Amino acid sequence: MPMIEAAGKSFEVDEEGYLINLSDWDEGIAAYLANEEKVELTPNHWEVINFLREYYSEYQIAPAIRVLTKAISKKLGADKGSNKYLYKLFPYGPAKQACKIAGLPKPTGCI
Amino acid sequence: MSDQEMDMEEGGVVKQFMFVNRKAPYGTIYALEGLEVVLISAAFEQDVSMAFIDDGVYELKKGQDTKALGQKNFSPTYRALEGYDIEKLYVEKESMAVRGLTVEDFAVDVTVLDHAEMAAKMAEQDVLISF
Repeated sequence: MPMIEAAGKSFEVDEEGYLINLSDWDEGIAAYLANEEKVELTPNHWEVINFLREYYSEYQIAPAIRVLTKAISKKLGADKGSNKYLYKLFPYGPAKQACKIAGLPKPTGCI
Repeated sequence: MSDQEMDMEEGGVVKQFMFVNRKAPYGTIYALEGLEVVLISAAFEQDVSMAFIDDGVYELKKGQDTKALGQKNFSPTYRALEGYDIEKLYVEKESMAVRGLTVEDFAVDVTVLDHAEMAAKMAEQDVLISF
């Protein structure tokens, strides 16, 4: 597995760039992963990233996109729980790209 | 063609799928693989249910601790099923009884069916997939 040096730490990622050890994650690594994905992190991005981390810590999986939008609608309001809003923040797919930046594995059922 | 098969949604036929879980959560990969297949199947908008029989009833047990096994505790993921619209979780009464389990021992809400009711439920399905 490739090792990455960034944010003063070294950490392991898989062949698609997902973090291997979830416990390696911190905001510095998130910033590095976001930069790799060419995503500029704003407070709106962090809101989704933190949401995903909370979801993972509760259920031990990264949610499928349909489940993510539904859960975000419930917690943050329908305007934020839309595909359109999430794709604007994470153009290559919120479940895929946001999960990577959040240091989570690739969502189950992400095809 | 039955009414069930005529139930068209977004151009597809909705079938009844039941995933049957018979194994203890750790020691083999069946329980985890079965759960992942169920989560993936949710994307296809089918009528999905899960059955827990034999040692499979242990999959739903509260308070699992896998530290000593060095394996991930995936039991919290059963609580995510509701968000995937998979709410039909059937547990066989006899399997619970011989293991001294009650519904209070489970991490999720389930429907308890006795042996005959479970058999009837299985007979209703279009597809049964066993783990």
